[in-house]
Parts: sequence; structure tokens; C-alpha cells
Amino acid sequence: MNSKNPQLNENGALQHLLTTEGLPISVLLHILDTAESFVGVTERDVKKIPLLRGKSIFNLFFEPSTRTRTTFEIAAKRLSADVINLNIAASSESKGETLLDTVNNLSAMNADMFVVRHSQSGAAHLIAKHARSDIRVINAGDGSHAHPTQALLDMFTIRRYKRDFHNLRVAIIGDILHSRVARSEIHALTTLGVPEVRVIAPKTLLPKMVERLGVHVYHSLEKGLKDIDVLMMLRLQNERMTGANLPSFEEYFKYYGLTPEKLSLARKDAIVMHPGPMNRGVEIDSAVADGKQSVILPQVTFGIAVRMAVMSILAGSQT
Amino acid sequence: MRIHIKNGRVVDPKQGIDVVQDVFIAKGKIVAIGTPPNEFQANRVIDAQSLVVCPGLVDLSVRLREPGLEYKATLESEMAAAVAGGVTSFACPPDTDPPLDEPGLVEMLKHRARNLNQAHVYPVGALTQGLKGERLTEMAELSDAGCVVFGQPDGLLSNLRVLMQAMHYASTFGFSVWLRPQEISLTHHGVAHDGEVATRLGLPTIPVCAETIAISNIILLMKETGVKVHLCRISSAEGLVLIREAKQQGLPVTCDVTINHLHLSDMDIGFFDSNCHLMPPLRGFSDRNALRQGLLDGTIDAVCSDHAPVDEDAKLLPFGQAEIGATGVELLLSLTLKWGTEMRLPLSKTLRKITCDSAPILGIDAGHLSVGSAADLCVFDPEEYWRVSSNSILSQGKNTPFLGMELPGKTKYTLVNGQVVFES
Repeated sequence: MNSKNPQLNENGALQHLLTTEGLPISVLLHILDTAESFVGVTERDVKKIPLLRGKSIFNLFFEPSTRTRTTFEIAAKRLSADVINLNIAASSESKGETLLDTVNNLSAMNADMFVVRHSQSGAAHLIAKHARSDIRVINAGDGSHAHPTQALLDMFTIRRYKRDFHNLRVAIIGDILHSRVARSEIHALTTLGVPEVRVIAPKTLLPKMVERLGVHVYHSLEKGLKDIDVLMMLRLQNERMTGANLPSFEEYFKYYGLTPEKLSLARKDAIVMHPGPMNRGVEIDSAVADGKQSVILPQVTFGIAVRMAVMSILAGSQT
Repeated sequence: MRIHIKNGRVVDPKQGIDVVQDVFIAKGKIVAIGTPPNEFQANRVIDAQSLVVCPGLVDLSVRLREPGLEYKATLESEMAAAVAGGVTSFACPPDTDPPLDEPGLVEMLKHRARNLNQAHVYPVGALTQGLKGERLTEMAELSDAGCVVFGQPDGLLSNLRVLMQAMHYASTFGFSVWLRPQEISLTHHGVAHDGEVATRLGLPTIPVCAETIAISNIILLMKETGVKVHLCRISSAEGLVLIREAKQQGLPVTCDVTINHLHLSDMDIGFFDSNCHLMPPLRGFSDRNALRQGLLDGTIDAVCSDHAPVDEDAKLLPFGQAEIGATGVELLLSLTLKWGTEMRLPLSKTLRKITCDSAPILGIDAGHLSVGSAADLCVFDPEEYWRVSSNSILSQGKNTPFLGMELPGKTKYTLVNGQVVFES
């Protein structure tokens, strides 16, 4: 019944980053532009700037993660914030403490910002709604819902290599159904003006009415890759076999795995992205992952700059 | 106690009455409507000027949370909530802890409820022991203890053979069986309708075919066993098509819809509003519209509140982990009136969905104002709007998607067996 966008304040400024859906293009571009200015910092000898000195950032990971947690930690430290990592999957929740109890306890320790990952869709929204009003929340992945910083670093990478969003064809390939990355990418791409976004997957890995998100649906990798400028691969998880979404990794790789031959169907200058961690030989062939069209490692580097940008913008809206 | 209700607009859908006149009550019964009986001396006169006097409402699903779940609500709190909503008779589902599968539990519940002297409570007996879907309950014994019908409130049994046998056994004694049509294996871990909203929010889904396959199976088993079936809480347009067909074939099937599904769709989940975590899930807007139309054309027989008080902490969780259900018994009248107004129905046609049309499903003589019948009445102000808030709701559960909304229709007096059990 409430329709106010919970991540914007009354002036339209970002106060939490929960999803890329519904964010105005000006906010997205502001984050990308701010990230540009931080790329230089990460390349210097002294990689620290004092923007967030004295701020406490809590990494609340209710679900295991190494890469995302590490890049958030590095980003916060480069901004001179104090970082506290909490692997909550192994502590409070198993002792029966509720999500909001955990959050309230940490708020009482004078937290300024929470970076939250949780297995349930909507967890970050819940925390943003109930946390003290001066606390800022960054969603680092909630269920199958959203992973906005991943999508933003992907946008940053695309802009670096392709410069303009307005003449691109982008394909997202793989397990769209369970992917928070795919959802956040779709919203970011359509908001930034990409004229054609395709999703390529078997029907068991596509959510219902996905075309309503503004994408074109393909079930054949060969057909879907024609004229594509950017390929965004998704990770395929083991559970998809036991959950009867797919028969085997082998069959998936044969029909949806990205091999050099399949990649040759896209545009010659197409770039290949992957949010990691990769399953080589399942969704992507090593020859492609390590090939010259791959921008997978630069993605990781840019991820730090983008997360620095998000943190500094949110901290700037704190009084 | 003799009560004279003066100048009210008396609406009795069953008898087709809708006229301003007086109602006279003595010894717990309605003794006259219109002209007073000879030498009638009232102990109490209720001025019902500009109010509607109608039969006490009959709600097909009110959870009291007793036995076992008193942290969510108690008999005292929910019985008070029921009469505050004008409800004078209601069915209470067997999904308590332990479930209502033994005569002793049912007798205890009936006894506790009777002592509170408020609304009439009609327990729905568990169809299978522990509601596990494996062994039949002692239905005849449970019936002697006070169960009027038998049900399985949480979706269809995974074992169809047990279900068929339960239906056979119930029909032996002429009991009707209440089932919520939802195929368990298609429900999986789903929490939302399989549509655009769940796709955006990344919520696990329950497809419409979970409902239609269950309805089809139930209808086929009805033909096999000849049992009377009430389908609880229909959620989809396609489900209604199947029920309409079954009714046209003359099968003894009835169904209800909840106040939530009558007004809301999956869009109302908004940014993960856990008060909209309901079962069956809120479906698409076209489903909602079909339900509203189905209630109008009689495919759906009755509206129920599906009252499910939940403690606040259990809703302060991510959508999929938040407990299912909404409080509702105090909203039944208002939300049914709202539907009636929006469908441009005369008051009498609206009210029958929560009075004389719901009572026979429960197999009870209630929901009408016939002279000589028990004086169970609801007197309400149809023009008064009230705001749904944690203060205005008496139920211990404050969880409803309608929080903050202004709704029409405020109960002023509720009478059960000729006693004023609620007034505001």
C-alpha cells in the first residue's frame, strides 16, 4: 500500500541503495561519474582518501560470500572508514536472534552504514525500513531480487569499453530465474537507454512474464547472440539439477555454454562479462573467460571504485 | 431481557426485507418485526435511527489460536474482536496446536467459548489425524463433540488415496468436507503468485495450476465419493471456471473468497509488505476482478475474513520468512460493504454473502431475522467511515494489508441470543 521509493529521500537523493529498479538515470550516472574519479585512487601508491574517516561500516553477511564482501571491505578502507565484518550465518541467526534484533544491536554500536547480503528477497528493504533513520543501507544481494552494486559495476565496465549505451545490444545469458544480478542489470540497462536487452535461457530458468521487464526472450544461444555488443554471463548453481530446472551440466554447456564458436556469432568487438565466481566448462569455456574479449577481471577492479562511489554518495547524504 | 430496536433499517436478505421498522426481542429470540407483540414491555430500547439492523454475520474462517498458539491471540481477544465486527457465528479451522483432531480438544474449545458468552463458535474438525494426511480422524465422535464439518486447511493432501477415503467416510455420515485447493507439490517453497510482481521482486512462486489441478482432483473425487465439498479461499479466475462448470453439472460444491483476495492483487505487495504474505497468494489483477464478478454471479457463495492474527515479530521478517495470514474478522463487514458499493449492489444482495448464504455452508440455522429464531443481530452505521489502525482493531493481531485505510461501515451493536455483547 506504500508507494514511496524507499531508497530516495524527499529531495530525490539516494539514501539507501537497495535496487536499480526505479532509480532515475541522473542517480545512476552520478554514481558512475563518481566512480570514474575513484578509479585513479585505486591505481595510486597511497590508495587511501579520508572521505569516510570516522565512519563505521558493518558488512552484514547472512549468506556466505568472499568476493563481494572483500571488495566492499577494500572500498570502505580506501575511503578510510572503519570496517567490521560479520558473518552472521554462523552466529546470531543460528542462535535464534531475528534479523531486526541483530540490526538494532549493531545500530546501538554506532554503525553508520550497513552492507547487507541475505538469502531472502526483500531483506535489505526490511532493514532500511526499520533501521535508525541516519543509518544507510547498501544491498549486497538479497535472495533472487537485487544486487545493485554488481549491476552498477557492470554498467561502469560497459561504459568504459563501449562509451555510449544508446547504440548497444546486450544479452544476458543463463539462470535469469534465480539471478538477482540479472534483475538489477536489466533495470540499469533499460534506464540507461540501451535499446535492446535480450535474455537467453531455457524456459525452466526464466521467470514468468520476464518480457514485462523490457527484455526480448530467446531460447537459442545461436539466434540470441546475433549482432550482440555485450554478453553478460550468469553463474549456474548446482541446485538447478536437484530442483529439476536442468538435466545436467553437460547438456547445459552444450546448448548454453559460451564457447569461442558461439562467441563468434556476436559482433567482432563484443565484450564478455561474468559476475563471478565462474564455473568453467559449465556456463563459459576457459578459452572465452581468458580470451581477449573477456573483461571479467577489469570488472572486479572497477567494482571497488563503484562501491567507493556508492558509499561516498550515501555518506554525503548523512548529516 | 426484552429489547426493542427502534427505527432501524431492517435488512434481512433471506426474507427479502429492507424497510425501516422496529425489531422486538424477548427470551433470546426475535418475537416480532414491525408491530410489537401484545403487552411488550422493553427493558431496553436501542435507537437505531439511520442504522442498519441485519442478521449477525456468519464468518467461515476465524482462527482463535487456541489451543496452543496463545502468544498470537487468545480466545478472549478474538471473541471480542468477532463481536466488534458484528460476527455472531463463525467456523474455526482445525490448524491449532495440537490440531482439532480429538473430541476432548473440541469439547474444551466449545466449553471455553460458551463461558465467554459471545459469538457462537463452530469448530471445523481435522480431516486427518494431526492434519498429517495419513490417518482419518474419529469424525463421528468429533461430530458428537461439536464439530460441524471436517477440513484440511493447508492445501491438498499429498496422498490422494487418503483424501478419497476421508471423503468416502465423511459422506457416510453426511458430513461436508472443507478443502483449500492447493496442490502441495506445485507449491514447493513458493510465497507469491507466479506473475510480473514476483518476477520483479525475485520471490519464489506458486503457479495458478497449483489451484486448478487441486480443484480438478477434488471434483473428480466428489464424483467418486458423492461427498459435499466446500472449497475454501479461491484465488484464481481459472479456478472459478472449473467451479462454475462443476456447479452446472449439479455437484454439491460451494466456495468462498477472502476479504483480502476480493480487494487486493499481487501489486499490493509493493516493496515486500509482509502483511500481504497470504495463502493462497494474492494473484493478478484480472484474477481479483474475476473473483469480484464470481461473487456477484453466485459462483462464489460467500465471503470470509480468513482471520489469522499473527504476532508482530513474526511479520517483521523478510517477506518469504514472515508468517502467513492477516487479521480480518473486524474487517469482514466493511470490506464486504465496500465490494457491494463498488459493484453497485443493493445492500441486501451484499449482506447475503456474509449472512444467509454463508450459514448453510456451515450447516447451521443462522444468518436471518425470522420471527422465532435466535436474536443474533448486527446493528451498524453504513455511512460511518473508520480508519484501520492498531488502536481501532481489538484483535491481538494487528497485521492486515488494509492498515491505514478508511473503510465504510461501523458496528454499533452486536446481539447474540438476545444479549447485547458489543456496543460502541
